[in-house]
Amino acid sequence: MFTDRHRTVALLGCIIVLALGAAWVDLPGNPGIHIHLGPINVDRDLELRRGLDLQGGLEVLLEADLPAEETVDAAAMQATRAIIEQRVNGLGVSEPLIQLSGSRRIIVELPGIEDPERAIETFGETGLLEFIHAGYDYLIPGAVVTTTEEVSLATPVTPTVMITATPELTPTVPLTPSVSVEPEGPVYQTILTGRHLTGAAMDFGELGLIEIHFQLNDEGAALFAAYTAGNVGQLMCIVLDKEVVSCATINQAIPDGKVRITREGGFPPEEAEDIVIRLRYGALPIPLRVETSRTVGPTLGEDSLQKSLLAGLIGLTTVIVFMLLYYRFPGLLADVALVIYAVVVVALYEFIPVVLTLPGIAGFILSVGMAVDANILIFERMKEELRAGKGLRLAVEQGFSRAWPSIRDSNFSTLITCAILFWFGSYFGASVVKGFALTLGLGVVVSMFTAIIVTRTFLRLIIDLDVVKHHRWFGV
Amino acid sequence: MLDIVGKRYWYYLISAIVVVPGLISLILFGLNFSIDFTGGSMLEVQFGESAAVHPAQVKELFGEYGFGDTVVQSSQGNVFLIRSKTLDSETKMAIEDEMEKRFGTLTELRFESVGPSVGGEVQRRAYMVVALAAGAILIYISFAFRHVSNPVRYGACAIIAMVHDILVVVGLASILGVLHGWEVDSLFLTALLTVIGFSVHDSIVVFDRIRENSKRYAGSPIEDVVNHSVIQTLDRSINTQLTVVFTLSALLLYGGVTIRNFVLTLLIGIISGTYSSIFNASPLLVEWERRPELLIYVLSFLVPPVGLVVGIYLLLKGSGRSRPWAKVCLLCALGGVVAIGGLLLLRGLIPS
Repeated sequence: MFTDRHRTVALLGCIIVLALGAAWVDLPGNPGIHIHLGPINVDRDLELRRGLDLQGGLEVLLEADLPAEETVDAAAMQATRAIIEQRVNGLGVSEPLIQLSGSRRIIVELPGIEDPERAIETFGETGLLEFIHAGYDYLIPGAVVTTTEEVSLATPVTPTVMITATPELTPTVPLTPSVSVEPEGPVYQTILTGRHLTGAAMDFGELGLIEIHFQLNDEGAALFAAYTAGNVGQLMCIVLDKEVVSCATINQAIPDGKVRITREGGFPPEEAEDIVIRLRYGALPIPLRVETSRTVGPTLGEDSLQKSLLAGLIGLTTVIVFMLLYYRFPGLLADVALVIYAVVVVALYEFIPVVLTLPGIAGFILSVGMAVDANILIFERMKEELRAGKGLRLAVEQGFSRAWPSIRDSNFSTLITCAILFWFGSYFGASVVKGFALTLGLGVVVSMFTAIIVTRTFLRLIIDLDVVKHHRWFGV
Repeated sequence: MLDIVGKRYWYYLISAIVVVPGLISLILFGLNFSIDFTGGSMLEVQFGESAAVHPAQVKELFGEYGFGDTVVQSSQGNVFLIRSKTLDSETKMAIEDEMEKRFGTLTELRFESVGPSVGGEVQRRAYMVVALAAGAILIYISFAFRHVSNPVRYGACAIIAMVHDILVVVGLASILGVLHGWEVDSLFLTALLTVIGFSVHDSIVVFDRIRENSKRYAGSPIEDVVNHSVIQTLDRSINTQLTVVFTLSALLLYGGVTIRNFVLTLLIGIISGTYSSIFNASPLLVEWERRPELLIYVLSFLVPPVGLVVGIYLLLKGSGRSRPWAKVCLLCALGGVVAIGGLLLLRGLIPS
């Protein structure tokens, strides 16, 4: 018994540490976790994350706008996701979520966004890639320009030459991506657009220097041949969504649509890669359409949050009172376990983190009822054993061990449904369904711990102290 | 001592009284699926306090944009809920601008839009999810009760109780869909699956006690073992039920409108789950032992093709005990065809 007793006390210590730790996480204004230990860098704010339905926001399911029988290239889809992420980051949303769902869908969640229409436009559009005629103006990468967008050109053709980038185009040129001045001044003629491009790649030239290659389709080749022939020595710029990517001097006319961009000393690999990606994917590699969208205004969300929190509090209080009245002394212990349960679960929400939605809160409140179920099973069993004339200590131990198979089997079946719901919710970007499954499932797991380990530790300790002697205390 | 098993036919009757109207409504009217399953748009807007807007005006405005079959509901605080075919972002903006022009400033509270293809897919997948959950649970129960004789019976009885609860909830949704325009959305599906989980949860607790008692009282008649087990777990069943009812009622009363239907579905489903585990699942174990033909008859009536196959099989291969069941079985199948066929015919007569 001596070692058992020690183990129980040690367990109590663990429970207290855990509860206090969880309470610290729960309290508003904790500093979060910031660990910098050699290679380990952890920076996490610990706070409850509210889902779209609680703080307002936008949830969009984008689908590849291709015929259903056409298989969608996984790499292209991945690239599309990355581009959307880039565009979304430009919107300044805190904690956006952009993820692939299945082989042809992308889920975008933007909490707290104020102008959903603009947001959809921003990331949904298939960016416009253009090649413009800059004449003798050198345009700094990042500058915003006005273009004709319409391709129309007819100039005489002169034979083969090749293009070399202007020497100014080196990394020393200050890159100013923050150029947000209203485009004014000249309207530049568009020579080609992204649809004329059939491929782009980075390659090594004669001296092992990095250069960029791209191919044009027949229409593009013809246009480009005519254009380059008439404008040797002038500048042509690559423009994506009206923003200059790079400029190059035309050295020769190019008749066959096979274009090479070189630079003295070669391109730095990162820059070349960047340009190639924009050439290749500047337009979203896969056209998308908005399949599903949901927006919730912030006022509706705030109202729902207040109400469900109140409901949760009332539900919890009712359960606590009920347990105390019906099961007396063990009921009190179950109530303590229940409070620890609530504290731990909320801490886990902040830690994992679980994005809290309205049905998620319902899942949590429901799991409070279930957390108590394990205790009820155990206590009913204890009462039976007491009525059968067993001693207190034996009745407590048997109450736990005999109730365990029911608790295990019944909770496992709930976990099965949670898993299926979670899978269903993830597949369609229905974050509400996912939130419910996650909070309910988490609640089931944590409640097994608190209802069994925590309550049992308390009961054992108190029985050892020999203060509880009457069966009446157990409601028998 | 309470004799639940002895009075089981009364409890079956109560179940039938609850389930049958829902079942009839389900066949006659089906379910009122929301845009989650059918595709379409739902726009919730609030107009300024002084604006006097009538739903018909809003409907007319949508009609001008080619959205003829739009449903407009108004509620307190000048809030309008507008359901229409799938609106794209531009059309929605145009319509909102037009509404502002005609009715004054508006605030967009919520906008949901689901493309028709996704809607259909969600619907298909929803059926799959329910079937998957049922299958997984059947397998789990058969596994958990593998040391008992006839473990599949336990699984099957839990599934029957589960189907009972599904029918209660879905039937209710169908009836309320007709009476109050209730919609079946993805949250309803969530509630349904939770009810499934709970239903099985409750059945397992009682079964677990039966499993334990049949070892302890080996040799006693099954009626006594089952009844004793149900009584022993009754306190627990009722108390657990009560705590869940407390929490859900709090949510129902104070939790806000958005999830009210969801919580109500959960509440009713969970009450039904406790009832079915006590009064259906456990007595059915007795039934299976004593009068299995009754189960076969009911199944034949509800699913006539099964009745046909079973009836013919019994006629050809049945033992001395089971051969006489064949006739009744086929009769039940016939009755089922007539009943379901009659309802379907009636459904054809109802204007949609």
